[in-house]
Amino acid sequence: MKISDIKELVEGKVANNGVCSENINEIKHAFASDLMSDVLRLRCENTLLVTGLCNVQTIRTVEMAEIKLIILARGKKVDANMLELAEENDICIIETDFSVYKVCGLLYQKGISPVY
Amino acid sequence: MELNFKIEGGNFSGAGSASSEVKRTLKQLGVDASQIKRVVIALYEAEINVVAHAFKGKIDVKISADKIFARIEDEGPGIADISKAMQEGFSTASSKVREMGFGAGMGLPNIKSNVDKFDIQSVVDKGTILEMTFYLA
Repeated sequence: MKISDIKELVEGKVANNGVCSENINEIKHAFASDLMSDVLRLRCENTLLVTGLCNVQTIRTVEMAEIKLIILARGKKVDANMLELAEENDICIIETDFSVYKVCGLLYQKGISPVY
Repeated sequence: MELNFKIEGGNFSGAGSASSEVKRTLKQLGVDASQIKRVVIALYEAEINVVAHAFKGKIDVKISADKIFARIEDEGPGIADISKAMQEGFSTASSKVREMGFGAGMGLPNIKSNVDKFDIQSVVDKGTILEMTFYLA
């Protein structure tokens, strides 16, 4: 699934337009967690993270885990430090007012599969 | 090649910057992506541990053609029972650490599952030394 389609699906807003270009690999899987150590255990590519955890460590974690797209749920908004770090690492962030549960349900309906 | 970093306890906004720099260096050196991932995940968890629990610490990383060796040494409360700390789910982390998305007792188990060789020594009220080796072959 392409980032632009995901953005529409979750009625979200892209926080950093420059990074969220179409050349980020197509998303095939999703993982939802507010616990970053669980994100660091993933062994899967083309995966997005759905989370309500909104701080610099969210960005650092996906940087280490090689995840290129975060959906920030529950109306959380990125701050300037997060944006700077995301841009340095080519990480795209979509903000949505939907809950983590709703985002996951919508993605699942569209064929985005779980990591396990 | 050797990389050295100083880590400040409690500085959550800066946590991960050392691991990030190691990742950049390994990429530049052309190290295989899957190898880079396990090195930086273990290193990042270790860096978070220092920030979360210690007063200060340092990370030394030695990169050679066949292996990467990292030594993380901190001054802090130490670990009273290492075997307990190695169990998934055991944690002494503060609420501040949990707010940052960590502190669920997964750090050391995550580190261990990514390294080839792992050694941890700790003295209560003094500090902890963690050594990890990754073979690149």
